[in-house]
This record gives sequence, structure tokens and C-alpha cells, in this order.
Amino acid sequence: MEEYSDKVKDHYMNPRNTGIIENASGEGTVGNPVCGDIMTIYIDVDENEVLTDVKFSTFGCGAAIATSSMITEMAVGMTVDEAYNITRNDVAEELDGLPPIKMHCSNLAADALQAAIDNYRYRKENGEI
Amino acid sequence: MSEKLIYMDNSATSPVDPEVLEEMLPYFNKEFGNASTLYTLGVEAKKAVDKARKQVADLINADPNEITFTSGGSESDNMIIKGVALKEIQKATEENPKNHIITTTIEHPAVLETCKFLEKFGFEVTYLPVDESGIINLEDLKNAIKDSTILITIMHSNNEIGSIQPTKEIGEIARANNILFHSDAVQSAGKIPVDVIEQNIDLLSISAHKINGPKGVGAVYIKKGVTLEVLIHGGGQEKGLRSGTENVPGIVGLGKAAELANIHLEERMKHNQEIRDALMEKVTSNIKDSYVNGSMENRLPNNIHFRFSGIEGESLILRLDKKGINGATGSACSTHDLKGSHVLAAIGIKPALSHGSLRLSIGPENNIEDVDYIVESIDEVVTYLRKLSPLWDNKNDKYIGDLFEKEVDEEDLDRY
Repeated sequence: MEEYSDKVKDHYMNPRNTGIIENASGEGTVGNPVCGDIMTIYIDVDENEVLTDVKFSTFGCGAAIATSSMITEMAVGMTVDEAYNITRNDVAEELDGLPPIKMHCSNLAADALQAAIDNYRYRKENGEI
Repeated sequence: MSEKLIYMDNSATSPVDPEVLEEMLPYFNKEFGNASTLYTLGVEAKKAVDKARKQVADLINADPNEITFTSGGSESDNMIIKGVALKEIQKATEENPKNHIITTTIEHPAVLETCKFLEKFGFEVTYLPVDESGIINLEDLKNAIKDSTILITIMHSNNEIGSIQPTKEIGEIARANNILFHSDAVQSAGKIPVDVIEQNIDLLSISAHKINGPKGVGAVYIKKGVTLEVLIHGGGQEKGLRSGTENVPGIVGLGKAAELANIHLEERMKHNQEIRDALMEKVTSNIKDSYVNGSMENRLPNNIHFRFSGIEGESLILRLDKKGINGATGSACSTHDLKGSHVLAAIGIKPALSHGSLRLSIGPENNIEDVDYIVESIDEVVTYLRKLSPLWDNKNDKYIGDLFEKEVDEEDLDRY
């Protein structure tokens, strides 16, 4: 099997920001259990549209856990708009790369973060927060 | 990496037994002769190959003349299935195309892919289903037989879930219908009694590295009188059935491994089963929502296959590796095509649950004393991964993965 980078290994063995944010500003879930990856990202956003807290919950392989953990570190402190622009490639690069096969299947963290932001924006527009 | 190493993936491969290695070593550089040559070095090599042929034959109750050496289990399966198919199709008539093969949905890829390959050339293949224990129904087999059936190829035991097929009865049905019966015994030979006479087997595949022999060598048993087309042409070694200069050190290693497996068969079965039963009992009673996949009765003594709801196998394997425990998973990540285990799908395990599987396969070097450490480690890792998993409700400590079940959409398929 193709080896993971040290940074990927560090993130799947010691994932950061795991868990659930109660009453989060937004949350998003992507993936499918059939494929073996499900990821939920929770975000808290302050009045300046800055992400103050990001947490995740992931069912998936080492790469799925590592990308989730990585994006939580990347996104905290960014504005909502900035965070929305984080791509799958950005996450992989920040992890010093992923095996090619994982680039495609387990690199869903950027999608999950976007889903959480979409949820935040929707809730804001509808006066829920 | 933990200092302790508990290797429990012996169905993937196994360490070469020191006795086997010692037997092999002279044949690399001292007794290096080509077994086809006439001078003493060559004659000695030929003798060593013939000794190994007898050792392998004894393991499965065959005659040494019925044993042909190959490069391993996959070659053995290919050689037999394609060899029989090409031989029989030549007997095709207007009434009988002689092109039908019966196999199962849970075969090793070496059999399944070979069958799929033959389908491209006009062969017809029936893939028999299995029940939730991973065993075929003999009535299904009888019903699948046609005039055009030329071969039944059904594994002796399954490499993932360890289910043992009713080989003797399958062989009886094949004989009664005049159809050749091939059994892939890569996981069985040396692990449980394999007897080609008693079990009515015409053709059989075995591999050395699953029984503490070297990689890259295996054998086929071809019952006296059975003929097949040759796939590897050349200098006519192995009575013309498999050309290529004999891998003498490998063959010597296979022979010794077969001999040792034969001598120690009963004692190793008992050893393996003790560890298996202790692990299955302790894991399923200590860890919530943990299950054993496959048959409890007709199961290889060295095979354990767990399923843990709410977690994914690769994460489990990577974390167990840090604790010095090596096992395998049927998770999509472990397969080259990312589709997950076809065997677990065949026994009716939902995809989300099949991802959370763990196979531990026991070898002679494993110890019953390690069972408690293994159980604790699995418990710790499963508990940790469930805390991380959206498929596990941590407030109520239960599996909620069914809530996420949905049709696979285009985007998901695209990810394969």
C-alpha cells in the first residue's frame, strides 16, 4: 500500500478539533457510507463573519480523518468567504500530499466545509441565527 | 511503531519457517544446478524437486506424478481454469458448445477474473450465490449443471471469512455428472485436512507462502488421466505442463513447508482454534455491536473475521498497527478497485458495515497469551474511532449508520 506523508499520519493518529459543536452556526455532511466515507463539519461564526471554531466527525480511512482534521486547523480564523474558497487540493497540499487514489475518494473535507458554510448562510438568510 | 509485533495476517502471507529456509539455502548457490541437466549438480537439483513433489503429494493424499509446480496460487488457478476451458472447447459440437463453467460469487480474484476473462471468448459462467455463512447450496449447484458444463471450480475454503465448502459433496455431484472439479485450496492446504481422493477433487491449487513457505511458488494437483491445454510453452519442464527452468529453492521450500504442515496439522489446528475461539468470544462479549462474519461451524480454525458498526477498516488497521497488531480489512480502501469486499457483499453485509471489518488470521507463531492484549487494543481503537464517527451516536452509545444509507449518486460513483 502506498504510504502516507508524516503529516497525514500525524493528523490521523492525533486528529485535532474532533467532536460536535452544540448549537453550531452551521453544519454540513458529505459522503456516502457505501463508499466508506462520511464527514460532518461544524462551524461557529462571529459577528465579523470569522470562523471562531471548527470541529469534525468522520467515518472513513486515514486520509478522510487527516483531511478533516487539517481543514479544521486551516479554517479557524478565516472569514466565511475565505474558508469557502479552500479547495481539495489546498487541503492535500497542506498535508504534504495524498496518495493519488485518496485524492479522489477520501478528500472530502473541503466539500464538507462548504456544505457547513452553505448551511450557515441559509440559516442566516432565513433569520434562524 | 510499538515494539511488540503480533502478526495475525497469515492468510495474506506468512513468515518462512526457519527449518524451511535452512532447507532452501543450499539451492541458491551451492546446489544451484538446472534440474534438466545431466551432470551431478543438475541431478541433485532434480532429486530435490522430486523430493518436494512427494512432500506436496503427501499433504493432499495424491501421487507425486500428479503434482506440477507453478509460481503460486494465482498461476495455479489460471493454469487449470484456462487449461480445462481450452481443452474442452475443442470438443464442442453443434449440439453441445462445451463452454459452461460453474463457480461461486466468493472466489478469490484469481478464479473470478479468470472466469470473466473467459467470458470474453464465449464461455458462459454461472456464479453460485452463498448463504449468510458463506457456503453454497448443493441444490443450486445441481440445478446449474447443463450438458455444456465442463468445469466446476469452487474454493475449498474462503480467504476472507474462512468458510469451508462441502467439497466432498461437490465432488460427488461433479463425478455423477462427468464434470471436472477444481478446488482452490490455497487457504486450506496445510490448515485443515485436504484429501483429493476422499474429497473427490480432480484439480487443486496450492501456494507455499500461506503455509510458512516462500513467496512465488505453488503447485497444482492434476488427477491422473485428466488433461488440459498448456499455457506456458517452452523447454518442456514439468512434463511439458509448465515450461521454465524450475525454481529449485522455492520448490524445495514449498516441499518442506508442506511436510511440516502435514506433520503438525492436528496440533496446529488445535492451537489455531484455541486462539480463534478465545478471541471471538472475548471481542464479541466485550465490544458492543461487534459481530463475527461467516460460518461458526464450517470455518477454518485459523480465521477470524469481525465486523464493528460505525467505524472504517483502514483507520482500524492503521491504529492497530501502532499497537503492534497486524490484521486485514474488507474495507474499500484495502481493495485495489475501492469497491469493498465482494465476499462480504455476497453474504449480505451492508456496505457501510462491511467497511468496518477486521480479519485476523492465525499462524503457528501466535500465542494464546496475547489474546487479552489484542482484545484490549481492538476495544480501545474501536471506542476511539466511534467517538470520531458520525455513524455512532455517542450520547446514546449506539449505531445510527442506517440514517445515512442512501442510493449511491453519480458523484459518489465518480469517485471510484
